[in-house]
Amino acid sequence: MTYIPISPHERDDMLKTIGVKSLDDLFDVVPAKYRFPKLDLPRALTEMEAYAELSELAQANENVRGDLISFLGAGMYNHYIPSVIDHMLRRGEFYTAYTPYQPEISQGTLQAIFEYQSLMSALTGMDVSNASHYDGATATAEAVSLAYAQFRGKRKKVVISPTVHPQYRAVIRTYTQGMEIEVAGDDQSLISNLQSLISEETSLVIVQYPDFFGRVHDYTKLIEDAHAKGALVCVVANPTALAMFKTPASMGADIVVGDGQPLGIPMWYGGPSVGFFTTRKQYVHKMAGRLVGETIDNRGQRAYVLTLTAREQHIKRERATSNICTNQGLLALATAVYLSTLGKNGLRQVAELCYQKAHYAASELSQVRGYRLTHSEPFFHEFTLTCPKPVAEINAQLLEHGILGGYDLSQDYPSRKNQMLVAVTEMNTKEEIDALVQALWEVNHG
Amino acid sequence: MVSAMEQVTPKIVEPTIFDLSSPGRVGVAMPASDVPETDLPPGHLLRSDLPLPEVAEVDVMRHYMHLSKFNYSVDGGYYPLGSCTMKYNPKINEDVCRLPGFLFTHPLQPIETAQGNLILMYQLQEWLKEIAGFAAVTLQPAAGAHGEFTGVLMMRAYHKSRGDTKRIKMLIPDAAHGTNPASVGMMGMTVVTIPSDERGNVDLNALEAACDDTVVGMMLTNPNTLGLFDENIERVVELVHGCGGLMYGDGANLNALLGIVRPGDLGFDLMHFNLHKTFSVPHGGGGPGVGPVGVAAHLADFLPEPLVGIVEEGDDETPPLYGFVKPAKTIGRMKAFNGHFGGGFVRAFTYIAMHGPDGLKDIAQYAVLNANYLQARLRDTYHVPFDRICMHEFVAEGQFEGSDVRALDIAKRLMDYNFHPPTNYFPLIVHEALMIEPTETENKDTLDAFANALIKIADEAKTQPDLLHNAPSTTLFGRMDEVKAARELVLCCWLPEGYDLNA
Repeated sequence: MTYIPISPHERDDMLKTIGVKSLDDLFDVVPAKYRFPKLDLPRALTEMEAYAELSELAQANENVRGDLISFLGAGMYNHYIPSVIDHMLRRGEFYTAYTPYQPEISQGTLQAIFEYQSLMSALTGMDVSNASHYDGATATAEAVSLAYAQFRGKRKKVVISPTVHPQYRAVIRTYTQGMEIEVAGDDQSLISNLQSLISEETSLVIVQYPDFFGRVHDYTKLIEDAHAKGALVCVVANPTALAMFKTPASMGADIVVGDGQPLGIPMWYGGPSVGFFTTRKQYVHKMAGRLVGETIDNRGQRAYVLTLTAREQHIKRERATSNICTNQGLLALATAVYLSTLGKNGLRQVAELCYQKAHYAASELSQVRGYRLTHSEPFFHEFTLTCPKPVAEINAQLLEHGILGGYDLSQDYPSRKNQMLVAVTEMNTKEEIDALVQALWEVNHG
Repeated sequence: MVSAMEQVTPKIVEPTIFDLSSPGRVGVAMPASDVPETDLPPGHLLRSDLPLPEVAEVDVMRHYMHLSKFNYSVDGGYYPLGSCTMKYNPKINEDVCRLPGFLFTHPLQPIETAQGNLILMYQLQEWLKEIAGFAAVTLQPAAGAHGEFTGVLMMRAYHKSRGDTKRIKMLIPDAAHGTNPASVGMMGMTVVTIPSDERGNVDLNALEAACDDTVVGMMLTNPNTLGLFDENIERVVELVHGCGGLMYGDGANLNALLGIVRPGDLGFDLMHFNLHKTFSVPHGGGGPGVGPVGVAAHLADFLPEPLVGIVEEGDDETPPLYGFVKPAKTIGRMKAFNGHFGGGFVRAFTYIAMHGPDGLKDIAQYAVLNANYLQARLRDTYHVPFDRICMHEFVAEGQFEGSDVRALDIAKRLMDYNFHPPTNYFPLIVHEALMIEPTETENKDTLDAFANALIKIADEAKTQPDLLHNAPSTTLFGRMDEVKAARELVLCCWLPEGYDLNA
C-alpha cells in the first residue's frame, strides 16, 4: 500500500514532459553498482493487516490503565488526561502543519505556542518561556549552554546536585563532552555540601524541585549563596508540584526547566514529551530554541511571529549557542490545552490529590513490618521507602499481584540499596494503595 | 520614536486563553479525595496564587478550534517545501499510536512487561539498518539536529579512542543546512566550508586541498540542498576516507533514495534519519521530530545508550527476550528514557510495514518524478541555476531581470493561490532561492495548478508588481511587523505581579 495518487497514464505523460523513458532513467547519476538494491524487508501490509499487527504488539505490553496498578514515577507520571486534549491534537490543522515560518498562514500554531509560553511563565513564575525543548533532560543541558554563553566561556564549572534525575545528569555529561566544562557535585550525597563547591569559577548550579527522592526543599538560601559567587541557578521542576508549592522564581532561580509530560501528555513508553525552559528576561538573547513574540500585521491585527531568530542556527550557523531546530510543537499545544482545561483550580486540585494520596500511602506503607520512610523532609507525590530486602526482589513479587512497584534507587545510587522511590498520583485510588500495602505484607510472609 | 502604526490599538482576531478567563468557570472536575486527609505542608513552602485561566471545556474547544482554522496544513493543502518533505500523513498512524498498550506504558517498567514496545523498536532498528545500509542504529535522538549532534559526538569519540586527537576540522559544503555547522560549533570544532562546483557537486579540488590529518570528517547532504545527487560521490567519500576522516550523511533528503541507493553502500560511515520527513511522522507545527542515527560497524560501539537488543535468545518454545543493551564505548545518553516512541517510532514502523521494499522504492521514484515534472514545467519561467535531472527537489531563482520583485514576494503571493510557499532564501548559494519539493503524495492536477500559479505570478511580477509586494491579500492575516516583535519582545500575555516592564 502506498499513498501515491498518480495513475500510470499520468506518470507516462509526466515522463514525456521531463524527456525520459522510465522512472528508472531518472537515477542514471547513481553509481550503477549500488543502484536499486534489493531491500530485505517484509512484504507490504494492507491497512487492515497493519492495524492487526500493531494491535498485537500493543497487547503484548502490560499497560498501567487496566493491566497493572502503577506506583512508578521517577520522571514520568501517570496522570489523567481530559478528553478534550486529544481531540485537539487530532486536528489535522495542528498536527499536519509545518513549523510556522510563514506567519500569515500559521497563526494557529503561533498563538497556541505564545499561550503555551504564557502558561509556563505563569506556572513557574518566570518572565519568559521558549517554545520548548525535546524533553526535561535536554532542556537542562541547554541551561548549561546558556550559562556557559552568559559568561563567555570564562566560568567553566557546573555544580549539579546528586539529587537531580540520574538520566538528566547523564545527558548533561554527554552534551558537555566537547566543551571545556567541568561537572562537579553529583558524587556528593548531601545538599548542604553543594554550597561549598560553588566558586567564582561556577557558571551554573542545578538542583531539582522536588528532588529525585521526592523531597521539597526551599532553595532560597542556596540561590543567594550562588548569586553571591556570581553563578546562575537552574531549578529542574516538576510542573504539577508547581501548582501547589512556591515557585522557583520566588526563591530567586534564574532558569526553571523540566519535563511537561505530567501536563496532559501520555507516558508513551518515554516520549515524545516536552521540555519546558523558562528564564528571566535578561537572559532571553542567550536562550536556545524557538520563541514566539507578539506583533501586528499590516492590517492592524494582533498577531504572532517567531522572533529573535538571529540567535538560531540557520542564521548564526557554527556561532549559535545551540543547534536546536525543532521544538515539540504539538506537545506544547497539548500542554497549553491541559493547563487551560484544568485551569487555576483544577491543577491545584490535581496537585492536592497527589499530595493527599501519596501521604496516605507513605503513612500506610511505613506501618508494614520492615518498611520505613527514608527521609523526614516534606514531600509532594513521590517518596523514598527503605525496604527489608532488595527492591528488585520485592518488585518481582509485586508484579505477580499485578502491581508495578516503585523505582529501584540502587540502580543509580549503590549506597541506597533496598530503597524504593514510590510515586502516587490522582490516578491511584485508596483501594489500589491498600492493595499495595496488602501485597507487601504478603511479600513479607512469602 | 513611536510610529503611527504602534499608537493604534490592534484589532483582536482571537483573544488569548487568558483573555477568555472568567473566575469560577471549570474546565474539568476532579474527584474528591478518597483517603484520610493529611495537613498541607508549612505555608512558607506553598504558593498563594496560581495565575492560570478559568475557562469551561467548551471555551477551550472553541478557542483552539478557532486557532486551528488560522493554520495551513498538509491535510488542507499542498506544501512544496524544499528540504522538509511535507508528505501526506496516513491516518492509520494516528489510530495505532494511540493504542492503550503504547500510550500507557512507563519507560522504566520491567522489560518483561513491555515486550511489544521493545520488539517494535528492535524491528525498526533492523529496518532502518537495511534501508540505509548500516550495521547498527540508535533510535534515541529526538530530531534531525539532535541526530547530527549525536553523530558528531560519535565521530569525536571514534578518533579519540584511536589516540588521534589532533582532528578538529569538519568539512561542510556551502549548501548545507545551518544545523550542520551549529552541531559542530557545540563541540568546539572548526568548520571548513567547501564550495560547490558549477554543476552543483562538491568542488573536488577544494575538497582535496582541505583534506589533511586534522579532518574529523565531512558532513554531506546527498542529494544536496539543490536537490542534486553528487555526480562524484564515490570520489568525495574516497578523499575524506583517504585523510582518515569519517563521512557523515545528513539524511534530510533520504526520501529520494529509498530503494534507489543505500548511503552505507556508498561509503557513508554514519547518517541521521528524519522519521518526520521520510517516514510520515507528522510535523506537528514544528515538532516533535525523530532523528535516529545509523552507523557502520566501526562506529557501533560508540552509539548512545541504551539500544534495544536481544538479551536472552529464544528457542523453539520461547520467543527471545528483548531488552536494553549498552554499547561498549558509548558516548552516553542523548535524552531521558527511550526516545520518541509513541509519536515517532510507532508511526514510522507502521509506515514502513505498509510499504515494504517495493513501496519504498515507489516513494523515491514518484518523489523524483514529481520534482522533475515541476522543474520541466517551470524552467522556462524561473531560472534554474543548476539545471539537470534533479532528485526529490530543485532550486529556482525567484527574481526577474528589471523587476524589484523578490523571492519573498513570490512566496507570499503563492498564499493568495492557496499554496504554502516553497522554502526560500535557502540554500544560501542561490540568489533569491525558491526550493521546491513536491513529495510523492501529490497528484498531477495539484502539480499543474501549482506550476500554473507560479507562471501566472511571474507574469504579475512584470505587469502588476504591487500585487506581489502587498501579498498575501486573501489570507486572514497579512504581512507581519517582525521588527516590532523583536524590539518590544512581548513573549507572554501574563505578567508576574509587580513585574517591571522597564527592567
